[in-house]
Amino acid sequence: MKIAVTAKGGSLSAQTDERFGRCKYFVIVDSDTMGFTIIENPSFGAASGAGPAAAREISKHSVEVLLTGNVGVNAQQALDAVGVKVVTGIGGLTVKEAVENYLKQQ
Amino acid sequence: MIISIASGKGGTGKTTLAINLALSLEKNVQYLDCDVEEPNGHIFVKPTFDEKKSFGMPIPVVDFDKCDYCGKCGEICEYNAIVVIKQNVLVFPDLCHSCAGCWLVCPQKAISTKDKEVGQLELGNRNGIEFIHGKLNVGESLSPPLIRAVKEKMDPTKTVIIDSPPGTSCPVIEAIKESDFVVLVTEPTPFGFNDLKLAVEMVRKIGLNFGVIINRADVGNRDVHDYCTRENIPILMEINNDRKIAEAYSRGVPIVELYPEYRDKFLALYQDIERRVGA
Repeated sequence: MKIAVTAKGGSLSAQTDERFGRCKYFVIVDSDTMGFTIIENPSFGAASGAGPAAAREISKHSVEVLLTGNVGVNAQQALDAVGVKVVTGIGGLTVKEAVENYLKQQ
Repeated sequence: MIISIASGKGGTGKTTLAINLALSLEKNVQYLDCDVEEPNGHIFVKPTFDEKKSFGMPIPVVDFDKCDYCGKCGEICEYNAIVVIKQNVLVFPDLCHSCAGCWLVCPQKAISTKDKEVGQLELGNRNGIEFIHGKLNVGESLSPPLIRAVKEKMDPTKTVIIDSPPGTSCPVIEAIKESDFVVLVTEPTPFGFNDLKLAVEMVRKIGLNFGVIINRADVGNRDVHDYCTRENIPILMEINNDRKIAEAYSRGVPIVELYPEYRDKFLALYQDIERRVGA
């Protein structure tokens, strides 16, 4: 299962970013292997609609779960449309901790 | 002649100036309230409105029988108001600037439009003053299209007085850009001074003829006066702080009704502007 985490840096040990649409990076972790890919968020500096554009970006990578701080209404609508499960409230964790916490709760 | 009343800082007296100028001129005047986020000129001019029109902006509507999800509509949209995600096309009307990019670029001709109401235009009269204002709906963030709609009613054969929104951003530029003369209203306080300098930069950049009116001229300090002298900016009028003017304003009573002798001062102001535009 692929899990996208919003992050301030491009690694597993990076701090998570509480913003979704305007986070700096998405770290996409494969929960089976703990392998990961890093994507720079192209809507980081978007004029508007960063949330839906970010949803479009992660949907290209077959993400099933998104771990982030919070999502706005437009982003939520876009994520619902492609069936990405949203888990919020990852403030203060590293990417690795956020993924481990999530997997533990499953 | 088109005269815009603008200011960097809000609450300096734009509407006060605009209404009193219009009421002093009396005849052959058109008052355009372009402060569409909170128009209030009508409280003082008290026009009888005889026409009200809804104002809408086109937003995209997708025909899913024709759409092949190529994503070109989303690529051209600077505001992400239309986003193609897999087999979904999402439209966010609040983000749309009605630029037409998406419906023009669509290879399948799958996008038509519908109008979304963003505000109303109201047209009225009081004696010799033709009064037009726009009222942006609460929650809408894009005022320039409605300001343009108000200005489409402009009649240059009359003396047009434009009450501009405050600030120095797009709505202000939209309101004032074709003016023959811009009156920048300020007050001699640090905030008034700072925002006046921004407003001066703006009108100079657009290349408009302008002057300054200092309201509550006897409060604060002399920085605004010194700046205008230094920059060779004409101070067209000074109005001293007067509690009676403020009290009258709070009841919707213009200065010229409170102090009829002010009518001559506003007429002199108009003649001064007329001379400056002629020169």
